[in-house]
Amino acid sequence: MKKTLKEIFSQHYRKRDALIPLLQDIQEEFGYLAPEAMDAAARFCRVAPVEVYGVATFFAQFKFSPRGKNIVMVCQGTACHVMGGARVLEEVQSQLGVVPGQTTKDSVFTLERVACIGACALAPAMVVNKDTYGRMRAERVTEILDGYRQGGTKIEKITERSNAARSN
Amino acid sequence: MRPEAIKISPGYERQLLICRGTGCESQRANEIFVALQEGLAKAGLADTVEVKFTGCHGLCQMGPTVIVDPQGTFYCLVKPEDVPEIIEVDLKGGGRVERLLFMDPKKKERVFTYREMKYFAPQRRIVLRNCGFINPEDLDDYLQVGGYEGLKKAFAIGPTKVIDEMKRSGLRGRGGAGFPTGLKWEFCHNSKGDQKYIICNADEGDPGAFMDRAVLEGDPHSVLEGMAIAGYAIGATKAYVYVRAEYPLAHERTLVAIKQATARGYLGKNILGSGFDFEIKVKLGAGAFVCGEETALMGSIEGKRGMPMPRPPFPAVKGVFAKPTNINNVETLANIPVIITNGGDWFASVGTEKSKGSKVFALAGKINYSGLVEIPMGTPLRQIIEEIGGGIPNKRKFKAAQTGGPSGGCIPAEHFDIPMDYENLTNVGSIMGSGGLIVTDETTCMVDMAKFFLGFTQKESCGKCVPCRLGTKNMLETLTSISKGTATMADLDQLVELAQDVKAGSLCGLGQTAPNPVQSSIRYFRDEYEAHILRKECPARVCVDLIKFEVNEDQCTKCGSCFKACPTQAVTWKKKETARIEKDKCIKCRSCILACRFHAID
Repeated sequence: MKKTLKEIFSQHYRKRDALIPLLQDIQEEFGYLAPEAMDAAARFCRVAPVEVYGVATFFAQFKFSPRGKNIVMVCQGTACHVMGGARVLEEVQSQLGVVPGQTTKDSVFTLERVACIGACALAPAMVVNKDTYGRMRAERVTEILDGYRQGGTKIEKITERSNAARSN
Repeated sequence: MRPEAIKISPGYERQLLICRGTGCESQRANEIFVALQEGLAKAGLADTVEVKFTGCHGLCQMGPTVIVDPQGTFYCLVKPEDVPEIIEVDLKGGGRVERLLFMDPKKKERVFTYREMKYFAPQRRIVLRNCGFINPEDLDDYLQVGGYEGLKKAFAIGPTKVIDEMKRSGLRGRGGAGFPTGLKWEFCHNSKGDQKYIICNADEGDPGAFMDRAVLEGDPHSVLEGMAIAGYAIGATKAYVYVRAEYPLAHERTLVAIKQATARGYLGKNILGSGFDFEIKVKLGAGAFVCGEETALMGSIEGKRGMPMPRPPFPAVKGVFAKPTNINNVETLANIPVIITNGGDWFASVGTEKSKGSKVFALAGKINYSGLVEIPMGTPLRQIIEEIGGGIPNKRKFKAAQTGGPSGGCIPAEHFDIPMDYENLTNVGSIMGSGGLIVTDETTCMVDMAKFFLGFTQKESCGKCVPCRLGTKNMLETLTSISKGTATMADLDQLVELAQDVKAGSLCGLGQTAPNPVQSSIRYFRDEYEAHILRKECPARVCVDLIKFEVNEDQCTKCGSCFKACPTQAVTWKKKETARIEKDKCIKCRSCILACRFHAID
């Protein structure tokens, strides 16, 4: 782990304003910010560890525990709220058995609620990893999640989805 | 509405424009793009028909879209499977694929080209001038439509005249506050400092607004050019684009554009031989709504917690790294190149007396065509909703339009004809804000809506000021008890009072505007609040604690829609019989209410 951290550090300069991009890169690599990674970042940027912790906990992007293989984000923005996004979130929550911010026991999914992904015209929307699913309905949740459980490729998943949409 | 300068590339007879914004991309636009390229090669048309991908056209509802030029044929809701037919019938046969053409909702006729579409015709595209028509990842496409001409002209006329043009244009900040841009530039220009900064605020956190994302995805160079002009006018040589982490595509295309512009000498050292240096870096936001506030944003760039600071000193005097800084929003910056090219008077000829130019609205919610629309300031709300947006679906009635997101307010039906500009919106108790426009109908509960927005601001409050941190929490608790039917009229009075205190006692825009949705919904829909409190009833049937989940026999048409919609088989129904809901099986998910078109479930 240390070695990779070193590699990440080598791409940044030792200044305070490098801190957030640095933490973003660490999270990109490891999926979350471990205490020892934050300590190392503090030494690198020459600030107290408490400063790093303060910054990291301020921003919603940073996570402090390992995340699931797939990140499910259910949009709860204004348009999605008006179009029934809460119902979609409820369904995902009950199927995964976790609340937003938690990871399933088998580490396959982490559930997040987001305030807006800017796909308001497709409301209600849901994002799994980097795939956006628009005009969501609670009935489609099982099929979408199953696709990721089996770990199919993105294209296959999209095809499955559109076939289902057409048969409805 | 499209730039005249866009021509089909030399050597080609026709071109296909495929939208690959976030909306269309999620509906398999990438596959369509590949299928078209392959299909044309197979048909032997690859030498005469050019396939180009573009940013967002605005009509996200009907995506993915394909435009065939020079005819301007507009195909919508295209699937990869439709590609062979488009090639066969249109490109080879010279006809049109009728079933993929846009259907005019009123006349029930197919519309051939986008020029004839009601959605596009009333729009005045200044900010979105190139979006949907140029390849955002190709600098030459941008140059072809007059790109970087504004910057060249700025170099020719000098910084003072650039600021004069900006002041003459009357452009006001499009991020929400509406401060005159020319004046802002002048402050920063006059401010003394060895190093000055330009920041582009692309931290579009307002739920329900997505124009900044579309501009960065569809026409990133216009924003970079706007920044370079601002830098030249003010004397700044370094700049940041602060973009949300939730917008990966916008981030990527901005990076590509910076790289291209630098390689060709439109950014970097000694730009176009003028002696002016300008370097742009991209900072990725880390997920905090409050960072849309300029002082908090600067804190975040410096690597600190994104908390607002008291002003003065204003950023123009002491901004990022304690240097004079000018912050403009994406939409504001995208206006600048054309203002400088065409002159401030040209821009000022569009719009109303105090609100010049055009405004992009993100139209969403209970509307037939959601997407981005750019209209001249002063366009009536009715025209935006009924003509451009195609009205409200399912023959439901307009209730209110929410503008300005969680900082804004609602515009009720009595103000349906309001000309949309800064002053008029403020007068009715809402704000222009960043341009979110959420349409609601009679199935939207205003108490729930206020609760939703306050829940958002409460979560996003940075916690610095007590009135905002505790006040929004307290207000949210009161709204929650109203929605559960446990509040009293005294609670409502206290809510009104607390709203004023939070406004008065908060440091930054987040806290100062957080009570707006509550105040404006109480102003126009007090009867709904009273129905919740006094009659324990939610007229829109949204607040689940107040719904009985019983079928009203007088209104039930025995259609069985609720029966089909119920996920737990709690509804019993047979043909020609009134439906019944079994309470012990019902999970109160509201699926039946959403399915019922006759308001028959109480």
